[in-house]
Amino acid sequence: MKMVTAIVKPFKLDEVREALSAIGVQGITVTEVKGFGRQKGHTELYRGAEYVVDFLPKVKIEAAVDDSIVDQVIDAIEKSARTGKIGDGKIFVSPLVQVIRIRTGETDRDAL
Amino acid sequence: MRKLVASLALGFAALLAMGPLHAQETPASTLETPATVVVEDAPAATAEASVAEPAAPATAEETPKIDSGDTAWMMTSTLLVILMTIPGLALFYGGLSRSKNMLSVLIQVFVVFSLISVLWAIYGFSLTFGGEGNFYASFQYLFLKGITPDTVSATLATIPEFVFIAFQGTFAAITVALIVGSFAERIKFSAVLLFSVLWFTFSYIPMARMVWGGGLLGKAGALDFAGGTVVHINAGVAGLVGAYVLGKRLGFGKEAFTPHSLTLTMVGASLLWVGWFGFNAGSAGAANGVAGLAFINTVLATAAATLAWIAGEGLHKGKASMLGAASGAVAGLVAVTPAAGFVGPMGSIIIGLIAGLVCLWGVSGLKRLLKADDSFDVFGVHGVGGIVGAILTGVFAAPYLGGTGAEDFAMGAQVWIQTKSVLLTIVWSGIVSFIAYKIADLVVGLRVTEEEERQGLDITSHGETAYNK
Repeated sequence: MKMVTAIVKPFKLDEVREALSAIGVQGITVTEVKGFGRQKGHTELYRGAEYVVDFLPKVKIEAAVDDSIVDQVIDAIEKSARTGKIGDGKIFVSPLVQVIRIRTGETDRDAL
Repeated sequence: MRKLVASLALGFAALLAMGPLHAQETPASTLETPATVVVEDAPAATAEASVAEPAAPATAEETPKIDSGDTAWMMTSTLLVILMTIPGLALFYGGLSRSKNMLSVLIQVFVVFSLISVLWAIYGFSLTFGGEGNFYASFQYLFLKGITPDTVSATLATIPEFVFIAFQGTFAAITVALIVGSFAERIKFSAVLLFSVLWFTFSYIPMARMVWGGGLLGKAGALDFAGGTVVHINAGVAGLVGAYVLGKRLGFGKEAFTPHSLTLTMVGASLLWVGWFGFNAGSAGAANGVAGLAFINTVLATAAATLAWIAGEGLHKGKASMLGAASGAVAGLVAVTPAAGFVGPMGSIIIGLIAGLVCLWGVSGLKRLLKADDSFDVFGVHGVGGIVGAILTGVFAAPYLGGTGAEDFAMGAQVWIQTKSVLLTIVWSGIVSFIAYKIADLVVGLRVTEEEERQGLDITSHGETAYNK
């Protein structure tokens, strides 16, 4: 099992969600985050005070998936989240040790 | 046990305070003090005065009569000025703060308003309007002694004295509340209260006496319709001094002190604009032509200043901002305050345009020069705006510029008087403020600890958070 984490532009969230649904990923967790990579921030001006804001709002999507579909998941996210401009984001894949469904107690594959 | 004793002590104090209520007993239908020279009644050569004359001789020798129109308007004006402070000013400042300090700003404005309102009634009114004297009047009306519901105002002969007292009280309260914006986000609550009492007593009252109560500046012919000097320069300077004495906020210049809700700041600015009609037009003291003039000037100067500020922003920085529009509006309001009943509508537009641009400089270029952390730019807007407005009043009161000045109006001489009153205000307020801050520092300490400032005043000073997340 793998935990696939993707940081994407906020307006891409719906597209990514639909793409994941289409390949059978039934649940995801979404968090609003901020960060930066190579995309520049912006400047805010309040009266005479100028502040450079490096952080940009992004959305983090986490999905626990079975090894058999990891590549499809990565592909789906890449295609739906890509705009071609700097700041599209990144996908991280990390190994998942255990998964438990709270309601039923099912574990691992049965819990995905 | 200690809390019980403290509660009992407070209860006894409250019982003792009942004593002064007896001061209200002695009825007097009119006050003995002669009607003091009030700037509101200035130039006799105005059209309004000649219209009023037919009515005057009939009542001159009789007991002054209360006019229901004037009274209703003055009570309405009082309400509007209260709205300016709570929640107008509170939200205007509050929105500019960081969310961890929101409640501290709100409570400081709210409680200062309450505190000064009470002190005004106890001794403020008496010392400002109760008798003769250049800097202080007398204790004749301590606890409003001798004034009854039927007492007609000695200053404004067509309204009840209680209404006049209430109206003037709101001015005192908002003036002190304005200062909160300078030392916000790092000051101790107890220091705010102690400073407020001292400053109200030794700066506001004498200034109000000097300009409106028939004291030094009023006699010299200074024109200040609704309080450019008494309120705005007075508070602005006190704020600047406070910013210096308290020192900069932690992280000033390095961390981003982003306003947490410019939405609320806009709401506050709008309430200030609407409420200011009570401030300016109410200072006419009656529902008449002068009030109408002050009313329209309050629309125009403000609008012009808003436009000037955002135009300046747009040209200089490339973007017009909501904060700029709101600040421009306040700058215009401040500048037209001394001028409202003395200049013509076109004059007030020009005053607004100038004030908008000068105050924009006041919160940027000048602020950098002064190197003080005036949290919400009280000096930059109220101080600078008040100075601009006070001096321009001397210019645009000229009859050939649409003002209400007499035929023999001498602009040069008037501008000089205006300048003198501005300088006096700056010096007086500066010195008194400095001493008041120092006393507060000695008695209770001015700043919260570093730890408390980092965490935020809401939780550390008041045990609450504004936004539960």
